[in-house]
Amino acid sequence: MKTAPRPVKVTKNSSARPPAKKKPPALRRADQFILRLFVAGATARSRQALLRVRELCAAELQDNCTLEVIDIYQQPALARSNQIVATPTLIIELPTPARRFIGNLTNINGLVIELNLSTKVKIAL
Amino acid sequence: MKQLRARYNGQSQAPAVKLLPKCPTGIQGLDEITGGGLPRGRPTLVCGGAGCGKTLLAAEFLVRGAAQFDEPGVLMAFEETEKELKSNVASLGFDLEGLVRRGKILVDYVHIERSEFQESGEYDLEGIFVRLGHAIDTIGAKRVVLDTLEVLFANLPNEAALRSELRRLFRWLKDKGVTAVITAERGREQLTRHGLEEYVSDCVIVLDHRVNDQIATRHLRVVKYRGAMHGTNEFPFLIGDDGISVLPITSLSLNHKVSSERIATGILRLDAMLGGKGFFRGSSILLTGTPGTGKTIISCNFAQAAARRGERVLYFSFEESPDQIMRNMHSIGLRLEPLVNKGLLRFHSARPSLYGLEMHLATMFKEIATFKPHVVIIDPITSLMDSGSDSEGKAMVTRLIDYLKAGQVTSLFTSLTQGGHALQQGEAAMSSLMDSWVLLQDFEGNGERNRVLYVLKARGMKHSNQIREFLISDRGIDVVDAYIGASGVLTGSARAAQNALEKAAVLAGQQEAAQLKREVERKRKAMDRQIGDLRSDYEGEALELRRIAEQVGTRTLMLTTERTASGILRQADAKVVVIPQNKSRTVRKSA
Repeated sequence: MKTAPRPVKVTKNSSARPPAKKKPPALRRADQFILRLFVAGATARSRQALLRVRELCAAELQDNCTLEVIDIYQQPALARSNQIVATPTLIIELPTPARRFIGNLTNINGLVIELNLSTKVKIAL
Repeated sequence: MKQLRARYNGQSQAPAVKLLPKCPTGIQGLDEITGGGLPRGRPTLVCGGAGCGKTLLAAEFLVRGAAQFDEPGVLMAFEETEKELKSNVASLGFDLEGLVRRGKILVDYVHIERSEFQESGEYDLEGIFVRLGHAIDTIGAKRVVLDTLEVLFANLPNEAALRSELRRLFRWLKDKGVTAVITAERGREQLTRHGLEEYVSDCVIVLDHRVNDQIATRHLRVVKYRGAMHGTNEFPFLIGDDGISVLPITSLSLNHKVSSERIATGILRLDAMLGGKGFFRGSSILLTGTPGTGKTIISCNFAQAAARRGERVLYFSFEESPDQIMRNMHSIGLRLEPLVNKGLLRFHSARPSLYGLEMHLATMFKEIATFKPHVVIIDPITSLMDSGSDSEGKAMVTRLIDYLKAGQVTSLFTSLTQGGHALQQGEAAMSSLMDSWVLLQDFEGNGERNRVLYVLKARGMKHSNQIREFLISDRGIDVVDAYIGASGVLTGSARAAQNALEKAAVLAGQQEAAQLKREVERKRKAMDRQIGDLRSDYEGEALELRRIAEQVGTRTLMLTTERTASGILRQADAKVVVIPQNKSRTVRKSA
């Protein structure tokens, strides 16, 4: 009787832990987006990718979106821990499963499908 | 970066006048082939098919660099995770984990999987550059291994972009001044599947794994080594318990020291045949013979003699197990167990077909290196040579002898010759490598086989040119003179019969002389007897004569007396003459 509620508690904690690592759990909903963009310095490609992601967030995801931009020149250790090979790399951490997109995001068809955006993309090229 | 490049260029050009700076790999034999190691500060391409040992060679390069040359290294692995790598190389005796913990080696596993990302535009591989650069700077790496870049080709769709990035990567590695090893899969028409050799032009090593007669042997070849002399041949190499060892066939030169010390063979008469002292220490001895001529027995005698002197003996047996040899030696009164127990004699038995020639050689090298024997016996070398081609076999023996001679180890090789007369011919190839050659042979005749022994050659010492018969009894080996006479060489019972015959002849002569002596004696005795007879005859007659003479004298005296008396009576006037007795005898004789 006494032991019964305990396992429930544990599972709750464990399920809450992985996302808590990266970002403090705010008011998160099912359609919460966490995006990370890894760039290598201020190159043209980096800027293009960054612009694209920002546009996407602004147009489609609004305030559900958390975008983190990491310059691997500044934080090389993160490149290793996140298995970055090519730059720019965009990682969609949430919603799970995590997905990766490499390149400067000139072609975002795959991205749109992956994110399962309900509305058609209206980002200007 | 410009500074780096300038410094690098300066470095590479200035010493190029003298010698290209080299980075020793620490891998047995590879440094010999490349004349000191891989080109320092430049990338080297190692390519080969699956299972050739590319990753291992690269890993050993790093591990040895970190452990032996104090050059930290970065291993960027695209295929195996850090954990896999650690356990893989641990089985070869490399403590990768320890080196990683001490910060000597940094392993960065690059995970790239086609299905896990999508391409959405232009990209570069700055991620790899940054990770590599960060890793190099973290531990101050001097060596870098990329294993293997082929993975990038398999997973990144844009090959043109990849190629330009790779070009940049190799340039960047050179600028960094690190000595890099890049592994790649062997291609069909070119060295590598994706033509990586066009980026790496300083040093290219090709590994190969071939199966010949069901025995696989790995080979290594330095295809290209810009700016340096290198061995261009294909060298067999093997992966043993302590990593890779390349066995350069041609790298050993003939300049080993020699000893003039002599060591006994354990068989007195054989020593006597070799100028009375036995073989030279550190020489190579060949013992050839047909089956059953006693090669192993002579070897064991040699081993025992050496071990009794307190020398260590290593006995490689490719036909019999140690126990079997020891049991068999009991039959001739040779006890080897005590020597084994004392650690002076060690057996190493293996079937020749167990693995390839190279592996055998490496195992032998390793055994020799650990046991440090004074005498090495290989029994028989022929069955070992059978597991490879002729040229391989000879090359192997050459290397083995060179290796042993360099360490002044006396080596005894037995060689099995099949029946027939071309005894010497079959061994001609090997015999030129040997300093001494003892030939054992069967002599067949009188319904029996007898063992004989020749010393065919013994470099640098006086040796007997005579054939000797050797007998194996339960007391050991006994070498005796064979009978050499008008009727040829006789051995065994024929020799014994001949000896008996000679003995009989001598005996007959002796008997004849004795007979003659007796005869003469008899004759002398007969003669003596005759002389005695004659003398007694004579003496008898002389006695008779005297008696008669006396009678005559008496008679004459009486007659005279009578006559005188009668004269007196008749008053005769004639004077009576008295004749003495002696005169009367002579008178009678003359009459």
